[in-house]
Amino acid sequence: MFDIQELELNMGPQHPATHGVLRLVLKIDGERIISVDPHIGYLHRGTEKLFENQSYQANIPHTDRMDYVAAATNNQAYVGAVEKLLGIEVPERAMFIRIILAELQRIASHIVWLGTHALDLGALTPFFYGFREREMILDLFEEYCGARLTLNCMRIGGLPCDVPEGWLDRVREFVELFPEKLQDYHNLLTENRIWKLRTVDVGVISPEEAIDWGLTGPPLRGSGVQWDVRRALPYEVYDRLDFEIPIGNNGDTYDRYLVRMEEMRQSNRILEQCLKLIPEGDIIAKGVKIIKPKPAEVYFSVEAPKGELGFSIVSDGSDKPYRVKVRPPCFVNLQAIETLCKGHLIADVVAVIGTLDIVLGEIDR
Amino acid sequence: MAEQKPPAVPAKRVQPEAVEAWDHPRVVELKEKFAESVLSAVIYAGELTCTVDAGQLTDLCSHLKTSGFTYLVDLIGIHYPEAERPFTVAYLLHNMNTQDRIRLKVEVSESEAVPTVTGIWKTAGWLEREAYDLLGIQFDGHPDLRRILTWEGFNGHPLRKDFPLRGIDTGAAVYEDRYPDGGGPVMKEAPAPPAAKSPAKEGD
Repeated sequence: MFDIQELELNMGPQHPATHGVLRLVLKIDGERIISVDPHIGYLHRGTEKLFENQSYQANIPHTDRMDYVAAATNNQAYVGAVEKLLGIEVPERAMFIRIILAELQRIASHIVWLGTHALDLGALTPFFYGFREREMILDLFEEYCGARLTLNCMRIGGLPCDVPEGWLDRVREFVELFPEKLQDYHNLLTENRIWKLRTVDVGVISPEEAIDWGLTGPPLRGSGVQWDVRRALPYEVYDRLDFEIPIGNNGDTYDRYLVRMEEMRQSNRILEQCLKLIPEGDIIAKGVKIIKPKPAEVYFSVEAPKGELGFSIVSDGSDKPYRVKVRPPCFVNLQAIETLCKGHLIADVVAVIGTLDIVLGEIDR
Repeated sequence: MAEQKPPAVPAKRVQPEAVEAWDHPRVVELKEKFAESVLSAVIYAGELTCTVDAGQLTDLCSHLKTSGFTYLVDLIGIHYPEAERPFTVAYLLHNMNTQDRIRLKVEVSESEAVPTVTGIWKTAGWLEREAYDLLGIQFDGHPDLRRILTWEGFNGHPLRKDFPLRGIDTGAAVYEDRYPDGGGPVMKEAPAPPAAKSPAKEGD
């Protein structure tokens, strides 16, 4: 009789479907996964060490490069942490513009997720449809801060500059255009038989396990836990805005897909409200020049498109932070990949990686 | 919402003060249940931080988990080279029902190990691996304590304060004699300059 043997298969760091340099060592029995061991660190750049050697303001561009697909929320988390450390009040107009940037960034990041996830599973069209809208958002960013991807668009105490002439009208044009485009993406995938066969019941995780693994963002909400940092620990002016938090029922890949699609619609709603409510005023808090906080430590988190992104800053009285620790949502979410993939086929690993929406820049820092 | 002018920004911003928090209900409860475990309690900028004794850490954490702190947000390792116990590990916990957060800190010396909390929150697996990799803090009882961001065989702990920013010689360089660090010309010496037409002032 034949022995059943496990095969160790390397899904190497160079792979079109791993969304970056991720190495997965799969142990398989035929085509069924027995275990998944992720090896990361191929993009480790020592960001936390670099933070300790530069002043607080000089660290802001470093944060862009962590989750390079969603730079505005990275900036927001770091700058928010320093403001919490120092007790700086950000002017209201700056807070509204920050939220506009963050929600535009959330839509842009989810479009990348949708395009790449669908591409991995064989659907090529959503990528092209989505990137057409993403170009509009990136053009808006370029007009505002000069950069499309690594924005560096926030400063400690507010923003670097006020919005250009007519920028808010162009945001309004985007907001009015987006819902029908979102419906186009839905028409491609949501009722698609192949999509459902590939994603329903793949990568299921229960709500208790999801909290235990520390999942946040759409992986947590897809399992039915209605928890969002913008609601649970509101920051900036989110407590004044009206938006819903979508959740899923089964905790599978299809539910996480639906959650992210709905999040895009809710982000659009938030943008609409911000455009109505934005006041005139200052763009940055006054008097924030040399930052030398006394010894203290804080933690501040935001709802990044990938989950809860937090910064712990420990200061020691000098103008450079003593220790900055990033809580990367993708790092913590990726840990659960073994639980999500166990018993599935190799092709489902690709679906699970896509649904976790990982960006190696954030995992490895 | 009525649109009104935002209040005038104060001329001097005031950094919040750290306040002793011995009468905070959570601290009182922990002191009652686990005598002599809470060494200090501070509230800064709305966050409660308790320094606790490393030996009782797992008991405290299990108790906090059953009282609702089911989500381990982050595990932060900090290196204070001058302190008597140089390594601090901070655990940030979150209660999903009441949205409360609490930070527990333990301090250990180089040779001591921190008890692992992977049995309590599964999140801690990779977070502890990262603290071990970057700082060298040992976690007692961790199922799989190996390096995660650097490679196996890397000699050093990058986030320690005595690790230089520019990096160390990891033994990974190849052909060092031919291609020295930092690049540079491939030739060993510059080619001889072309012979001058009239030596003039130079010697014979």
